[in-house]
Amino acid sequence: MIEVQDLSYRIGTARILDNVSLSLPRGGILALIGPNGAGKSTLLSLMARLLPLQQGRITVDDLEIGRCDDRDLAQCLAILPQSVQAASRLTVRDLVGFGRYPYHRGRPGATDRQLVEEGLALFDLLPLAERGLDTLSGGQRQRAFVAMTYVQDTDYLLLDEPLNNLDLAASRALMARLRDLADRKGRTIVIVLHDINFASAYADRVLVLKGGRLVADGPPEAVISSALIETVFETDARLHLVEGRPVVLV
Amino acid sequence: MYHNRLLLLGALCLAAVAAYLFTGVKGSLEFALMFRGKKLLALLLIGAAQGVAAVMFQTISGNRLLTPALMGFDALYVLILSAAVVVLGAPAYQQLDPGLLMLVNATLMSGAAVALFGLLLRKSAADMMRMLLTGVVLAVMLRSITGLLQRVIDPSEYAVVQAASYARFSRAETDLLGLSAALCLGALVLAWRMRHRLDVLALGPVAATSLGEPPLRGQRGALLLISILVAVSTALVGPVAFFGLLVSALTYLVLPTHRHAILLPGAALIAGLVLVGGQWALERVFAFATPLSVVVDFLGGLVFLLLLLKGVNR
Amino acid sequence: MSRPALGLLLLCLLFVGSLFVGATPLVPADLLTAEAWALIRDSRLPRAFAVVLSGAALAIAGQIMQLIARNRFVEPMTAGTGQSAMLGLLLVSLLMPGAEIGVKMALAALAALLGSLGFFAITRRLPPQEPLLVPLVGIVYGGVIGSTAVYIAFQIDLLQYLDIWMTGEFSGTMRGRYELLWVAGGVAALSYLVADQFSILGLGEAVSLNLGLNYRQVVLSGLVVISVVTGLTVVTVGAIPFVGLVVPNLVSRIAGDNLRRSLPLTAMAGAALVLASDIFARLVVHPFEVPVATVIGMIGAALFLWMLYGRGQHVS
Repeated sequence: MIEVQDLSYRIGTARILDNVSLSLPRGGILALIGPNGAGKSTLLSLMARLLPLQQGRITVDDLEIGRCDDRDLAQCLAILPQSVQAASRLTVRDLVGFGRYPYHRGRPGATDRQLVEEGLALFDLLPLAERGLDTLSGGQRQRAFVAMTYVQDTDYLLLDEPLNNLDLAASRALMARLRDLADRKGRTIVIVLHDINFASAYADRVLVLKGGRLVADGPPEAVISSALIETVFETDARLHLVEGRPVVLV
Repeated sequence: MYHNRLLLLGALCLAAVAAYLFTGVKGSLEFALMFRGKKLLALLLIGAAQGVAAVMFQTISGNRLLTPALMGFDALYVLILSAAVVVLGAPAYQQLDPGLLMLVNATLMSGAAVALFGLLLRKSAADMMRMLLTGVVLAVMLRSITGLLQRVIDPSEYAVVQAASYARFSRAETDLLGLSAALCLGALVLAWRMRHRLDVLALGPVAATSLGEPPLRGQRGALLLISILVAVSTALVGPVAFFGLLVSALTYLVLPTHRHAILLPGAALIAGLVLVGGQWALERVFAFATPLSVVVDFLGGLVFLLLLLKGVNR
Repeated sequence: MSRPALGLLLLCLLFVGSLFVGATPLVPADLLTAEAWALIRDSRLPRAFAVVLSGAALAIAGQIMQLIARNRFVEPMTAGTGQSAMLGLLLVSLLMPGAEIGVKMALAALAALLGSLGFFAITRRLPPQEPLLVPLVGIVYGGVIGSTAVYIAFQIDLLQYLDIWMTGEFSGTMRGRYELLWVAGGVAALSYLVADQFSILGLGEAVSLNLGLNYRQVVLSGLVVISVVTGLTVVTVGAIPFVGLVVPNLVSRIAGDNLRRSLPLTAMAGAALVLASDIFARLVVHPFEVPVATVIGMIGAALFLWMLYGRGQHVS
């Protein structure tokens, strides 16, 4: 369970997050949506202690962000940031292997190696395993980073716009894998999405942020509506129900 | 994976050591060995210190073009030295125990380096470039202050300071060997124990945080070790501008891996090979035409430009 | 009083003040004696002119270099131009020891030009999203050329000369020994004629071309100004760092980036900074003096750090 209490964050005089409180029980896919600059990435970064807390409190199970040991948290929660710098000399296997670092601190054992191989297989990376990261396409590299986060084997997975570099097929494949992780392994996945249709298709719950505030929260069928598109995204795209789920016509 | 290459480097280094010790001995072999042995030890220490410091610094800064020397670490050392001469006067200064002086100097320098870079890291953790530029400009400032001090003092005192401000591999301060070796080996052992953490820090601050390795703490620890290593090396031979860069570039070329378990010993061996081999070649083959430091700076500079033109600036 | 008039007044005060500072005591009451006038004519006045000319010219050269590089953190003395001039001078002294001073000067300026071309060839390959990489590269590039010069100087035993060129000072300035600086000042002043074109350069190649500017030609003429100014300064008084860096930055905060308006201010401020530093350099260990380059190395570095942290976000 991730609990966020009275979270505010400002940069200079600009309020990026304004008194956000929410609680995310274990399991399922939770999508964070909202217009540009709503504070989605900041919220995710604060949860993953990539940014220092200014005001408010975040707890992940019994660990409090900012106070708990970094290593303990790394075994409980993993984040895939929006822009990942690729260290060029790493092979895909090396990179995915780093996902086990929180457990072995540099001395991988047999279990670690086995989990890495599983991760490579799950994300179809075995044929690329010995390639250098700098030789991969953007989508392949993204997949390698997702695999690293997966191998970290944490209950909570935070992903910041993971579909950015991916084409339609790769996006659907990634979302299907995440769906599978949530359903069969009981992982909790928090994901920032730009495309509302992906949120409506794959998420169990949708959180809508605007101007640093939480403006809507609930299952996609309930939250995504013409009114939401109009008031939150301030555009007049039409909404249709297709096979029982809302689809935005762009 | 690259263990064979490490072994090969070790063998080459041993060969250079043997060549340095045993070729061209005139007169008593025993005396020559003792005399050369000290210099040899100094060269190996300096090499290991500079090579390891450069690789560590490039890892925590995420930049392949920067070295402690470029950031003014050794300028700080020379400044502290000049200030000591000015405050105490040359006669009193020369009376001081050189070992004590070096310890004080190394402590002051580590303190200053960690305070300065620690402050900068806290203030602009995300902005490494700004921090580095600050370091480079501070280096200019430190050298200017040193220059001012050196003009203020009288010529006899100036000679004392000047001896410390130019690199001289051929006349390494062998008196300080025992202490230097102890400090240097201590720092090297700690650096070796950091090797896995360095692997993770090299992934960048975000990934390191996510993997439970807080970058600030790692950077601070590495900076402390780097200061000690540079202080020892500067005390032994004076400032060497591009040597670290030359060594780190060669290391990445010979050992294209991200693993510091390979990179750190590799850098130490390559640095030793360059220094001992270079000194041997200059002393015995070219009969001392040019000081090694000048040649090393020249080569280091060329390597830098080549790296730049190939676009390797990450 | 308007800002330019105030600046001019300050500059005049510094100028007159500097005439009365030096190893030989001189107070205004002495002005009635012939010796005093001889001292002023042969030593003090030439020195004051040399300081003003080199300060103004270096500030303008720095401003132009920053516009061409589109980066506020570069300047000729630290980005290889100054070191190239020294290297050129060294090579001339080595290969044609009997050459006339004019020839030496021209070749030093040519070397400076080649050095700056090399610098821009490298910086063009750097990623534009990292503006602070450019000055870093400049400093190291300058260091590389400098160490090449040291290497050669060491070989031919001219290290002493190099030391003089590397640290600018005005203690040797006398009538008959500084006049070339008028050329540097003149070249810098000429750049005012094409100030608008330099301003446009700062908007980048695409905008320049779009506005019908002959981009290459303007860049080249800018580089010629930089090289001549740098070369002549190095030959006559030695390298003076940071003037070309901090002065244009400070002025552009007050007067903006339109050179037509800001260039005279830049020149004045550069002259005033070097003049004040030179007075300080003469006073700090009176009756001896320290090189002005050393003083500016400290003041300039402090100003630079203030720029980087004070309002640094706005200047990159």
